[in-house]
Amino acid sequence: MNAAVILFKRELRSYFATPLAYVFIVIFLVLASVFTFQVGGFFERGQADLQPFFRWHPWIYLVLIPAISMRLWAEERNSGSIELLMTLPITLWQAVVGKFLAAWCFAAIALALTFPIWITVNYLGSPDNGTIVAAYVGSWLLAGGYLAIGTCLSAATRNQVIAFVTAALVGLLFLLAGFPFVLDFVRGVLPSAFVDGIASLSFLTHFDAISKGVIDVRDLVYFAALIGFWLTATALVLDMKKAE
Amino acid sequence: MININHLSKRYGDKLAVDDLSFSVAPGEVLGFLGANGAGKSTTMRMIAGFIAPSAGDVSVCGHDIERAPVAAKRCMGYLPEGAPSYGEMTVAEFLDFIADVRGLTGARRRERRDIVIERLALADVLDQVVETLSKGFRRRVGLAQALIHDPQVLILDEPTDGLDPNQKHEVRRLINELSKDKLVIVSTHILEEVHEVCTRAIIIDLEAKSRYHNAVSLRFEGDQDLGAARAAIVRLAGVAAVEIDDREQRLTAIPAPGAGILPAISALIVESGWRVPELHLEAGRLDEVFRSLTQGTRPGVAA
Repeated sequence: MNAAVILFKRELRSYFATPLAYVFIVIFLVLASVFTFQVGGFFERGQADLQPFFRWHPWIYLVLIPAISMRLWAEERNSGSIELLMTLPITLWQAVVGKFLAAWCFAAIALALTFPIWITVNYLGSPDNGTIVAAYVGSWLLAGGYLAIGTCLSAATRNQVIAFVTAALVGLLFLLAGFPFVLDFVRGVLPSAFVDGIASLSFLTHFDAISKGVIDVRDLVYFAALIGFWLTATALVLDMKKAE
Repeated sequence: MININHLSKRYGDKLAVDDLSFSVAPGEVLGFLGANGAGKSTTMRMIAGFIAPSAGDVSVCGHDIERAPVAAKRCMGYLPEGAPSYGEMTVAEFLDFIADVRGLTGARRRERRDIVIERLALADVLDQVVETLSKGFRRRVGLAQALIHDPQVLILDEPTDGLDPNQKHEVRRLINELSKDKLVIVSTHILEEVHEVCTRAIIIDLEAKSRYHNAVSLRFEGDQDLGAARAAIVRLAGVAAVEIDDREQRLTAIPAPGAGILPAISALIVESGWRVPELHLEAGRLDEVFRSLTQGTRPGVAA
């Protein structure tokens, strides 16, 4: 069995060995419901789709995903178990990928538990389920993006609070990059090529497209590249810490 | 086999390990002795591949720890200082996890698991979460983890720290047993431990660098030419002087500072066909050496 798979299993099991997993899932489900039904006006809109549900995911993740990612490496460093992990016969990549995939799989479990909302909308009307599936995929990719950022920042510190705050901040930058008021501001200062560049880096631009049911290869490549980039950065940070 | 070549570690301006070189062969138990903060753990972490050296290189079982880390780590068992583990796992889960990562499967896995559980008396706490264990038990879990794949090389950072006298004795006995066919490096700040388990000791001290301070004493049997033997030993590299005791038929070889002479002498005994039923290391004066070295005054060569 590959070492990354063994690590993945250990990590995933460790989420459920502490109350963290259950607290996280409950808070996520409560927030998702509140935003969908209260803020998003799910019933008032009178439309059989899940737009009011998925719209808020970038914001919910902004706060909740760093709570998963903050412990990934910072906790290992703080408890000293990182010394055990890094002296086992595994490569740095296996450790980085195994841990990331466990966190991402945990996010998938939390996301899958929102299925009653899907059932509700199917009970009340006849939504386009293809669009909903696409939006779920998009939401999961978005969670992966936030997680990859958080993984890297968690590797840089032994303090989980710092890991949380910095991950939320960087996440916010990636989120805001797609907002009109940010882009308008940038447009006044930089040439338009930069504006397009910044807009194309945004979570929002790519997530919006997928959540409307359009799975474009470019959006998939964007999330894959984003995750790949931040995981590479994680490995580099860990390697630098080793030589420090 | 471990080879350490001009190993140094620098944290900013602070030198933690300064130009350390030595090698250890299977069957040897090398003790790292030194005051707290002298660089014992830093050296062990570099050997185990947890931190990268600033200069020099480490090879374990013929694999360079920087260039072939996975191969080197595979033949090593390592107990980090403080025996860290995953607190939320039970002892059984933790050992299973390590066995998986170490690639143990089937009957061999069951056998090794049972052996370490029995050796370290962990049977009663298997279902207990590591977090809730006492310091002594955690140390034993750490040892079990280091031993589970029956490694050729064992690196143990303060293996008896936090154990009660009985447990200390048990762990020392374990190390003695293991040392028959393995290579063990232990760090400690307890002198009696060096006497009890180590075949050789290095005093790690930044001021004095590292030195081997073990005189090797050989008792000859029957009617052999002690004079010729003495002449042969004196010619070995690293031997500063050889004392002769005719009445007890004993030669004592005293090493030059920084020289390990035991391997060379054992090889010479075999080569020359001497009948030497007794060969031991005189660590009797180690105590004084340790104190004087770590307090700054240097002992003479004969120490």
